[in-house]
Amino acid sequence: MAEERFQVTRSKVNDFALKLANVNGTGSSSANNLLMRAIFRMGVPVSGKNLFPSNIQGLPTWYEIRVNKYGHVSRAREYDLMVAMNGQTYARDVAEVTSGGFTMYDSSWPLDRDLIREDVTYLGVPLAEMCNDEFKGPRERILMKNIACAGALVAMLGIDMEVIAQLLTEQFAGKEKLRESNQRALRLGHDYATSHFDYPLPCRIESMDATRGSILIDGNTAAALGCVYAGATVAAWYPITPSTSLMDAFAKYCAKFRRDPETGRNNYLVLQAEDELAAIGMVLGASWAGARAFTSTSGPGISLMQELLGMGYYAEIPAVIFDVQRVGPSTGMPTRVQQADILTCAYASHGDTKHVLLFPAHPAECFEMAPHAFDLAERFQTPVFVLSDLDIGMNDWVSPALEWDDSYVPDRGRVLDAGELRELEVFHRYEPADAESVAARTLPGVSELGAYFTRGSGHTIEGAYTEYPEEYQAVLDRLSRKHTAVAEHIPAPIVDDRAQAPLGIVTLGSCELAVLEAIELLGKREIAADYMRVRGFPFGAAVRAFLDAHDTIIVVEQNRDGQLRTLLTLETPVSKEKLRSVLAYGGYPLSAEDVVDGVTKIVEA
Amino acid sequence: MPSIVKPVVTHPGLDRNALGLTIRDYEGGMSTLCAGCGHDSVTAAITHALWESDTPPHMIAKLSGIGCSAKTAAYFARGAHGFNGCHGRMPPIATGASAANRDLLCIGISGDGDSLSIGLGHLAHLVRRNVRMVYVIENNGVYGLTKGQFSASADVGSTTKRGEANHLQPIDPIFLGLSVGATFLARGFSGDKRQLVPIFRAAMAHRGLSVIDVISPCVTFNDHEGSTKSYLFTRQHDVQMTVTDFVPPAEEISATIPTEGVVSIPMHDGATLRFRSVPDGYDPTDRLAVMEHLMSARGRGEIVTGLLYIDEQSSDLHELGNTTEAPLTQVPYEKLCPGSAALAGVGFR
Ligand SMILES: Cc1ncc(C[n+]2csc(CCOP(=O)(O)OP(=O)(O)O)c2C)c(N)n1
Ligand code: SF4
Ligand SMILES: [Mg+2]
Repeated sequence: MAEERFQVTRSKVNDFALKLANVNGTGSSSANNLLMRAIFRMGVPVSGKNLFPSNIQGLPTWYEIRVNKYGHVSRAREYDLMVAMNGQTYARDVAEVTSGGFTMYDSSWPLDRDLIREDVTYLGVPLAEMCNDEFKGPRERILMKNIACAGALVAMLGIDMEVIAQLLTEQFAGKEKLRESNQRALRLGHDYATSHFDYPLPCRIESMDATRGSILIDGNTAAALGCVYAGATVAAWYPITPSTSLMDAFAKYCAKFRRDPETGRNNYLVLQAEDELAAIGMVLGASWAGARAFTSTSGPGISLMQELLGMGYYAEIPAVIFDVQRVGPSTGMPTRVQQADILTCAYASHGDTKHVLLFPAHPAECFEMAPHAFDLAERFQTPVFVLSDLDIGMNDWVSPALEWDDSYVPDRGRVLDAGELRELEVFHRYEPADAESVAARTLPGVSELGAYFTRGSGHTIEGAYTEYPEEYQAVLDRLSRKHTAVAEHIPAPIVDDRAQAPLGIVTLGSCELAVLEAIELLGKREIAADYMRVRGFPFGAAVRAFLDAHDTIIVVEQNRDGQLRTLLTLETPVSKEKLRSVLAYGGYPLSAEDVVDGVTKIVEA
Repeated sequence: MPSIVKPVVTHPGLDRNALGLTIRDYEGGMSTLCAGCGHDSVTAAITHALWESDTPPHMIAKLSGIGCSAKTAAYFARGAHGFNGCHGRMPPIATGASAANRDLLCIGISGDGDSLSIGLGHLAHLVRRNVRMVYVIENNGVYGLTKGQFSASADVGSTTKRGEANHLQPIDPIFLGLSVGATFLARGFSGDKRQLVPIFRAAMAHRGLSVIDVISPCVTFNDHEGSTKSYLFTRQHDVQMTVTDFVPPAEEISATIPTEGVVSIPMHDGATLRFRSVPDGYDPTDRLAVMEHLMSARGRGEIVTGLLYIDEQSSDLHELGNTTEAPLTQVPYEKLCPGSAALAGVGFR
């Protein structure tokens, strides 16, 4: 019977998706990583998305792997192979298998008859039974069950056993016993599969050469490295998913690169604050004193930082804030993804405030945008937000190897030293402003001639307290001009208008892969669309030109209210009627199908 | 209301410190507080201590939150940078400034509302981190700037001008400090500059955070009969637990005649703290003993003043962080950037 089904299924070599359903806290992640890395090593474009619960042990967790020889590795909505190892979610999981697909399960226990689908092939592997016979101790048995399962998958997916052996050797260097038990568990699963099933499956891997020169890296690690390379010396934070690994990585790389070899002393200081109010306060204090300082957080932290963010804006103090977005409002779903902090960051704090935002789409951009964020923050003396998200930040992505230009010189902005101050007749904090409406600042500890009183209360261009309308407005109006001037320093949008279509699709951040794939799929349905991915705010001329050049614009983003669309209508002259929305905000990374469905509905309406 | 610039008139006869500066050089803008406000006297004591300490004005950083008290950061050391932050948020801002430039003499000016109500959490954590700075609480038992509501330091039974009594227990920053590991705790009275100046001098020389709670009456909202933070009440109940002299490193300690019962504590920079008078059995380095003394004094209804507790042995923020000796702001970029070659080992290949 299985034989028959194999023939009706089209070949899915290097073009399929599989999902592993597990219980968290049972060590499934190392098996997941092993598979992902092996596919990457075989040169095939791949993505791995970890859908994990906000919990330490016992709740459902999934790992989705999508393999696509064309590089379309945004999230798949249906799976050719389901590895159903979690009884709690079994029914839901099996329902997500494509017709003609496969389900692998642990046949140590009988399958619930009611859950058997006629159009799906079941591959039973007695994982628990085999591991109980082979390994001692409950913990090892559970861990090795995951590895044995990976072994069966290696066989069924045609993954090269030598690649796997090499990965184990690397992973367990110096831990021979562990390597050996892992290898043994892999073999168990592998040999069972090869002796019981027709292998490999139609969905399988064949070596390619598409990942040469690439690396696997997550966005938080890349962003942290970007901060190290940017020369950040003070970092302050309060732990919150999904941003925690950013600061962990920063501390790790600083320990490696920032310890003075001669003195053994640290050229950095990481402050774990008591809350996010303190974290942003520390960043402002450090930046005010002349350090490059940053914080990393997520939505709830941004909410807490509001008051001081306004102070940073009004008193013109640099700050870099990484917001690794998760699902809101409130605590929301801490381990799920959204892009729903766009508006709250753009206008963070009471009063007339407007901030600078950068929107990285993948880990390499997290790395590049980090120094850019510091440059902008110091040049324009203002807080700058880097709006990453959980999908970018915490999942491993196939990324071009990170590159650094050794000729980079940090843009520290206009800061007067003691000599320059002596040349001046008098120093005033907020005048004279340059062509970009920025006035020079001074740092404490340099010269009495540069002393001034930084305040969030009403101030004159000299920096003195005021309650007179004209004096207050002079400063506030310059801040508005300054914000406008930032636009031309924001990375230009990524535009593909080769279709020269009247329809333009606009998106941002981690939507990129899904949208690009969707545009291809839409093309096959005779729906042509141009593409623009905005990379920051305030919006520059190129963004306005794209909006101008298209009759209909569909904004694709991951939030309920169309926040990017709102920002575009508020901050560009585009007419509101031209802008439509395709939204996905359930918390899973965006799929091309979500976009195709949404766009089709609008176009065909 | 524009800010008022104070005319600088230097009298030729004024004393000069080691930098050749007079007390005028450590003054700031004209105070806009109510005439007789205790905060202005605290400003005067800080100004004096800074002048005595020979600190170059540009090496001072003045930080404050919001309140009448917070404004006073503008009224001294015009040659220093100031940071008038948000209500209750000065501790983290000061922590950041000190993290970035450890050579700055950070002076934090706060109020009882700023420190003990809205900013209590930050203060506790500032203490735990032992950030090297001087932290002054100008304590008047009310929110002066918002017109006289009770703050968290108001005593039980103390009344407002209209006669309403406070029923909530006060938060005492000295007890708080003792319980979360403070390394320098003192209480003063704005009306006693002679006591305050040496305390501020010692605070500036301290290895770590020094918290100085200064009873500083609000003449407009909390100086009436029934208030326990009035000038009169404070004078009547002030008990000087300790009397201290600050002896700078350069001065010979032997020159001052040793007295019976004097405790001398060497400070990390070579200065000496001399406890000229302490009660029997009072050891200012013994946390538990200090706590007991203060507890029983509280039972007697005394307002205990003086330098109450000191620990010169504990590491400060930078020592704990093993940060480099030079301020982080002065580490050249070349030392901070690992360079392109280091990326070879980054990511999974
Ligand atoms: C977030 C916030 N809430 C409320 C206020 C209003 N406010 C200004 S000063 C102050 C109280 C100040 O009291 P305290 O710190 O004791 O200083 P004092 O004026 O008594 O010297 C309050 C509540 C504010 N500035 N910010
Ligand atoms: S209201 Fe009170 S605290 Fe404020 S300035 Fe007047 S006397 Fe001082
Ligand atoms: Mg007060």
